[in-house]
Amino acid sequence: MSKPFYMTSALQLDTAASPAQLRISGDWTLPHYSQLARDVATMRPRLDGATAVHLADLQALDTSGAALLADLLGAERLIDLAASDASLTPARQALLNSVGAALRTYCQPEKPKPRAGLADVLAHIGGFVASLWERVAALLGFIGLVLETLLRGLFAPRRWRVTSLVSNIEQTGLDAVPIVVLLTFMVGAVVAFLGATVLANFGATIYTVNLVAFAFLREFGVLLTAILMAGRTASAFTAQIGSMKANEEVDAIRTLGLNPIELLVLPRVLALLVSLPILTFLAMLSGILGGAVVCLLVLNISPTMYLTILQGIEVQHLLVGLSKAPVFAFLIAVIGCLEGFKVSGSAQSVGEHTTSAVVQSIFVVILLDAVAAMFFMEMGW
Amino acid sequence: MSAQASALIEVRDLTNAFGAQVVHEHLDLDVMRGEILGIVGGSGTGKSVLLRSIVGLQRPTAGSVKVFGENLLSLSPEKRSQVERRFGVLFQSGALFSSLTVLENIALPLIEHAGLSRDEAESLAVVKLALAGLPETAAYKYPDSLSGGMVKRAALARALALDPEIVFLDEPTAGLDPISAAAFDQLILTLRDALGLTVFLVTHDLDTLYTICDRVAVLSQKRVLVAGDLTTVAATPDAWVHDYFHGPRGRAALQASARLTENN
Repeated sequence: MSKPFYMTSALQLDTAASPAQLRISGDWTLPHYSQLARDVATMRPRLDGATAVHLADLQALDTSGAALLADLLGAERLIDLAASDASLTPARQALLNSVGAALRTYCQPEKPKPRAGLADVLAHIGGFVASLWERVAALLGFIGLVLETLLRGLFAPRRWRVTSLVSNIEQTGLDAVPIVVLLTFMVGAVVAFLGATVLANFGATIYTVNLVAFAFLREFGVLLTAILMAGRTASAFTAQIGSMKANEEVDAIRTLGLNPIELLVLPRVLALLVSLPILTFLAMLSGILGGAVVCLLVLNISPTMYLTILQGIEVQHLLVGLSKAPVFAFLIAVIGCLEGFKVSGSAQSVGEHTTSAVVQSIFVVILLDAVAAMFFMEMGW
Repeated sequence: MSAQASALIEVRDLTNAFGAQVVHEHLDLDVMRGEILGIVGGSGTGKSVLLRSIVGLQRPTAGSVKVFGENLLSLSPEKRSQVERRFGVLFQSGALFSSLTVLENIALPLIEHAGLSRDEAESLAVVKLALAGLPETAAYKYPDSLSGGMVKRAALARALALDPEIVFLDEPTAGLDPISAAAFDQLILTLRDALGLTVFLVTHDLDTLYTICDRVAVLSQKRVLVAGDLTTVAATPDAWVHDYFHGPRGRAALQASARLTENN
C-alpha cells in the first residue's frame, strides 16, 4: 500500500502498524447515515481479517449505526467485537449483538424484476383485452344470478327485505332529489339559452320551447339522472359492499347460511329501480322549468304560452324517456354491486373498484342511450 | 427500576369524555425511562383512549399529558413532528399502508424524516426487518398477503424505523398463536435491552404481563387504580384485580412464568 494512513471523518485506518489499526469515532446515528455510508463504502475494501478494530472513541450509536458497522466489518466480526471489546457498555454490546445476530443469517431480499418498457406495455394491453371479456362474462353472469334470486324471492314475501329496501330508496332516491333537480334546472336553462341564440337567426325562437321539451323528455332527463346516479350511487354501492368484503362481512353472511345477493344486492337494485324513474321524472320537470324561466326572462314567452306549446307535444316522448330509466337503474346498480364483490382486502382495491364501477356504469349508460336513440328513431317513436 | 429513573411520560389529572360518557377522570400516570409498562383493564376502561391521548391523537377534555416534558397538543406543528419522531406506535391491527410493500412501509419514515435516499432507506429497512424477525421473503410483499404475526412484526419494524425512545404497543400479541406471541414477547424484551427502549404496552395477555413487564398499571373506575410491580398489583384489594390475576388464567400464567424463571 502506498499510503500508510486513511482517514474519513469517522474512520481512521493506520496501515503502518502491524496489524493495521482501525479507529472508529464520532456519532454513528441516523442523522449521519448518508455520510457514514459513504465512509464505510470507501473504507471496506482496505480492511482485511487481521485489522484490529477500536471502538473506544465511538460516541452515540443506534441501530442504523450498528447496521453500518455490520456492513463494514461483517456480522460475525461484529458479534465477536461486541463480546471482546471491553470499552463497550453492556447496552451497546447488546445492541451490536442483536444487530449482528439478526443480520448474520439474513440475505438481501431479492427485488422483483422491473419489467421491460415495451414488453410491459404490450402485456398490459393484452391483459386488459383478456380481462375485458372476463368482465363482460362476469357482468352477464351476475345479472343472471340477480334475476334468478329476484324471481325466487318474488313469491316468498317473508324474504322481502322491506326495511333495507326503504332505507336504500331514501339514500339513493330522496337524498338525491336536490342535486338532480338543481342540475337539470341549470342544464334546462342552458339548453334554452342555446336555442334562443341559434333559433333567433331563423326568427324561430318560439321553437325553443319544443327544443327544451324534446331534449328533456327523450334524452336529457334520463341521461343526466343516470349519469348522476352512476357517480353517486354506483360508487356508494361498490364502497359499501367492498368494505364489507374486505372486512369479511360478506363471508360471514355466507357462513350464516344467508345469501349475500338477496341480502345486499336485491335491496339496492330494487331501490334504484324505484328511485331512478321517479328522479328521471323530476329531472324532466325541473329541466323544462329551467327552460321556462329562460323563455320568460329572455324571450318573453309567458308561462301560459309555454304550457300551451307543451300540451301540443305527444306523450310518447315522455314514455320513450321514462322507458329507459329502469334499464339504466338495473345496470348501474348491478355494476356497482358486482364491483363491490370484486374488492380484495386492501383500501387501494376499494378505490380501484369504485373508480371502475363509475366508469363502467357511465359508459354503459351512454352506450345504451345511443343504441336506444337509433332504435327509437328507426321505429318512428 | 432504580431511584434515578426519570419519568418520560407524565399524565396528570387527565379527563376524557365522549359526550356524557366519561372514560377517564383525574387520571395520573408516570412512565419511567427504560421500563416496560403494561396497561391492563377490562374492555371499555379506556386503555386505547389513554394511548391515543398520550400520542396526541385524542385531545383530552381536561388535564395535561407531557411526553419528554412537552405538551404535544400545545406545540407548533414542526416541534410536534420532531417530538413524534421520538416515539413509535404499533396499532392494534398493524395499520400498515396497504398500497406499499413491507419494505416501503418501513422505508417511508426514513425517507420522509431522516432524509435518506431511497436506496439507503431500503437497505436500512432490511436491517429493521431482520431485527423484527421477519423473513427476507416478506420484504416485497404487500400487507394483505401477510399472516397476522408477520403484520405485527412488520408494523413493529416500522414503529422502530427512526430508533424511537418510546414505543407504544396496542395489544401486540392479540390474535397471535401462543408460540408467535411468546416469540413476540421475547422480541420486545430483546429490543428493549438492545435499544434502551421505553415500552408502553396495552395488553390483555397475562403471559405477556408475567414475562416481560417491569410494572403494571390497572385502569379501573376511570383512573389508574394501582401501578407497580406485579406482586404489588396482584395484592391490591379490588374485585376486578383479584379476578384478573387470581382467576384460572392468571394462575396458569403465574405458574408458567415461575417455571420459565426456574429453567433459566
